[in-house]
Amino acid sequence: MAHDSLYAAPPTVEAEPGAGRLATLRGLFGSWDAVIVGALVAAVLVAGLTVENFATGRNAQFLLLDLVPLAFIALPMTLIVITGEIDLSVASMVGLCSTLMGQLWLSSGLSLELICVLVVLLGAVLGAVNGLFVTGFGLPSLAVTIGTLALYRGLSFVVLGDQAVADFPADWTAAVVRNIPGTSIPVVVVPLLLLALVFGVVLHATAAGRALYAMGNNDQAATFTGVSVARTKFWLFVVSGAVCGLVGIFWTLRYASARGDNATGLELTVVTAVLLGGVSIFGGRGALLGVLAGVLLLGVLRNALQLADVDANALTIVTGTLLIASVVLPNAVADIRARLHRRRQRHSVAS
Amino acid sequence: MSRTDTGAPERPTGTEPTEPDRQRRSLTERLLAVRELSLLIALGLLVLVTTVRNDRFLSGQSVKDLLLGCAILVILAVGQTLVIVTRNVDLSVGSILGLVAFATGTLFLSAPGTPWPVALVVGVALGALCGVINGGLIAVARVPALVITLGTLYAFRGVDYYWASGRQINAADMPSSFLRLGNQTVLGVPVLFLVALVVVAAVGFYLRSYHSGRELYAIGSEPAAARLSGIPVGRRVFAVFVANGALAGLAGVLYAARFGTLDAAAGTGLELQVVAAAVVGGVAIFGGSGSAYGAALGAVLLTTIGSSLAVLRIDPFWQQAVVGALILAAIGLDRLLALRVAARLRGRSAHGA
Repeated sequence: MAHDSLYAAPPTVEAEPGAGRLATLRGLFGSWDAVIVGALVAAVLVAGLTVENFATGRNAQFLLLDLVPLAFIALPMTLIVITGEIDLSVASMVGLCSTLMGQLWLSSGLSLELICVLVVLLGAVLGAVNGLFVTGFGLPSLAVTIGTLALYRGLSFVVLGDQAVADFPADWTAAVVRNIPGTSIPVVVVPLLLLALVFGVVLHATAAGRALYAMGNNDQAATFTGVSVARTKFWLFVVSGAVCGLVGIFWTLRYASARGDNATGLELTVVTAVLLGGVSIFGGRGALLGVLAGVLLLGVLRNALQLADVDANALTIVTGTLLIASVVLPNAVADIRARLHRRRQRHSVAS
Repeated sequence: MSRTDTGAPERPTGTEPTEPDRQRRSLTERLLAVRELSLLIALGLLVLVTTVRNDRFLSGQSVKDLLLGCAILVILAVGQTLVIVTRNVDLSVGSILGLVAFATGTLFLSAPGTPWPVALVVGVALGALCGVINGGLIAVARVPALVITLGTLYAFRGVDYYWASGRQINAADMPSSFLRLGNQTVLGVPVLFLVALVVVAAVGFYLRSYHSGRELYAIGSEPAAARLSGIPVGRRVFAVFVANGALAGLAGVLYAARFGTLDAAAGTGLELQVVAAAVVGGVAIFGGSGSAYGAALGAVLLTTIGSSLAVLRIDPFWQQAVVGALILAAIGLDRLLALRVAARLRGRSAHGA
């Protein structure tokens, strides 16, 4: 079994007419980053010109604040999907970290700084449990993280019940939504960009990063080239958990509320953003820049439509359609091109 | 990959079935029995412990509530089994259920005289249409169903919200004959549960005894081999998504009949519960193994845990955590069994043949 990490390899990869088609496909995917960045620029321009209040500093601040959790989690998720695995428990880890932070603040009497460190460590432990099940016991990550999705969400309700902890110090809750002086960009964007830079360098400029792609393409081949597949994947899940811990802290402080249902359903949005950013669900393909552009595109579209008075819940049509279009269009275009190409060839042979 | 291999019809040797071959077959069949048996034992223990603590747990009303509560999840889990067996997954079932439930309510609202069988047919057809969209997109895009159905999960739900635009449909808007369907009992068994039983029996029989049913397992075990052996893989997978959509549509109509009060959020988040029920019921998430009966038992077990926690006076907040732990235990157990069987089979083929 060459490719059993997340799903089987594409069902129809015909070798015979394949050479031309595959080349077009690869070309298209190679430029997917450019397509997404272009779509993002277009969306911002159109929204700025047509939607009232979109191009204001205040809106930019809220837009970015809303996107921060998504962007943070998308970083490790990108790496995990590139290795051919998936982590669906991220939103539940955020929720559990958030309620534990609330419970610790309520009852332990520790300083908030120490609590934050503990929460990030706890997130790493939660991720390590995922990693242990996936790499230690050799179980499919899809099934494992559906299980821990339910488990961690359940535990987060066990920790606080339906209560909320809201009495965090005002200077902390104000600090996370503060802007960089003189701009309308929130301060939290800075650590986000730094972390994105670290992930980008690791993924695209180090041997370890190349190894992730190798694993996504072929676990066994990666093993034979001397990459420790299991250990690397384990640590990816740990990192994912730790980042979820960070997001849990941010979420709690931003809304000044630690609740069991914090960030419910975020996992599917994160996966959507990652796939929209051009990462292949089969693993082995994708880039971090595309993912960040995908996250921003999702956010800009939602925000603009919301300002244009579209029902927030109906906006999920946009999310869904974007995701489907992002996987269907490249294939459909490649199909049409291949057909045209063949017809032209037949034509030239006939004449 | 964890695979207990109960469904794989292929045999390694090309000769006619010999003595060890028959033994091997009986071994896999025993494993299948073990899975459903272990689920039944778990269910029995759960009911026993709960009843010992509170004897009203097995009273008529409580049992009726329990059967009512699990009927919809059972139908969805059985439909999902069809999909998962072919190494696909359908995450959009919760959204299809919500859309169909709201459509049913709207139908009664705009045409008050509609007899309920018409609503049932319309609902199932709408669900099947959603399934056609799923299956068609998967065929065109040639990407895993996970991605497409994640997209339609959002899209169908968005259509639902857009259509409802904040409205709510109340039980008073629906004919009483329809609502009775949701609560009526025959010999103490809710009609809803009987419908679910019929679905389980039909799908279970189809998967086990029909040629095309066996082919679904072959597709899930090894798609490339299935294609080479002449199975129309694309057509089968498409049909499976349509069937699952239709079953989700059926579940949507029953949901409307049972709850009466509907808004656009009906069935939100149900998809993960459905997958969980199938996985707990022994359906391997990577296809090729599992039965409709197991998935149905998984759904019953998950529902029963919920109500027995309430009876045992355990904080209901534990329910979800228990479900999660159960999923992990189920897939871990599957993995262990698969390793054991693989080791035993290897030992045998080294001895004989």
